[in-house]
Amino acid sequence: MIDVTKFKPKTVYITYIDATPEAVFQALTTPGFTKQYFGGFAIEVEPRTGGAFRFLAPDGSVHIAGTVTDWSPPRRFSCTWTMVSMPQYALPDCLVTYDIAPAGGCVRLTMTEAHQWAIPDAILSGGRAGWPAILSSLKSVLETGKPLSVQMEQPTEMLEALQALKR
Amino acid sequence: MSKPTFVYVTYIAASPVRVWEALTRPEMSEKYWFGYRVTADGKAGERMTAVNPAGRLAHDDPIIESDPPRKLVYGWKPLYKDMPDERPSRVTFLLEPFKGQTRLTVTHDEFEDGSRIFGMISKGWPAVLSSLKSFLEMGRGLEPSWGEEERKRAGEA
Repeated sequence: MIDVTKFKPKTVYITYIDATPEAVFQALTTPGFTKQYFGGFAIEVEPRTGGAFRFLAPDGSVHIAGTVTDWSPPRRFSCTWTMVSMPQYALPDCLVTYDIAPAGGCVRLTMTEAHQWAIPDAILSGGRAGWPAILSSLKSVLETGKPLSVQMEQPTEMLEALQALKR
Repeated sequence: MSKPTFVYVTYIAASPVRVWEALTRPEMSEKYWFGYRVTADGKAGERMTAVNPAGRLAHDDPIIESDPPRKLVYGWKPLYKDMPDERPSRVTFLLEPFKGQTRLTVTHDEFEDGSRIFGMISKGWPAVLSSLKSFLEMGRGLEPSWGEEERKRAGEA
């Protein structure tokens, strides 16, 4: 069993979306949706707590892999992330949790990125730049059917911090 | 201990000019800012005002910097009856063109220690800015409930 209490929240992003909780849950967990708003990456997930999870890059290679720690449609989806595409840095897994709650005439989506080590802000900067773009695009896909054009530049600060960590 | 700063970034499929208009004109703000009529299209030194849906003045703050459609800075001291002692804080809107869209960064800072406002705005801005994005992209704002307290203030005549 994965002890999720070891992970402490470091980055939180909240957005409100004109959609049902079921539609938001589906957008977070099906490849046809994630490819549109998550940098072209397709999610593959076994729909159960304890199941396997991964993100495939457009070329089919595994970018992120992990284990589902909470599969509670349509309220919560949580999984560990191992950065498979960056093995040279040997980063400890993080925990990404999506909480979906009805909020008046729409839903509130809260993304929480939690870590189990004293991760420097410079490394967190990559996610902090990326999540607003990804989740803004997710909101656009659900509300208008059209993703944003938000392919990001290289997260330079994060990559430099990772490089420094290796030395 | 460092003073709290709130930062929120959102990407909107609209030009910076459109985002600027939505942030500064009351006939647009009332369609996404939960009925509040926000006027902030003046120059530095002029006033930002917000009138709640019940017609009561909720803000009368100085515009600190105005550089349309790139940067808007104003003071923030809500005129709530039950918070006469809150010191003014500061809101900065940065509008950057991003691949034919706008990256909007809202920074709310300069809070006093123990400010009650910080907790309120931390809940409020994600709702307001999500609704702004919906308004500009699909033509209508959202109606999220983010707290009974805010609902009460909006109706306070």
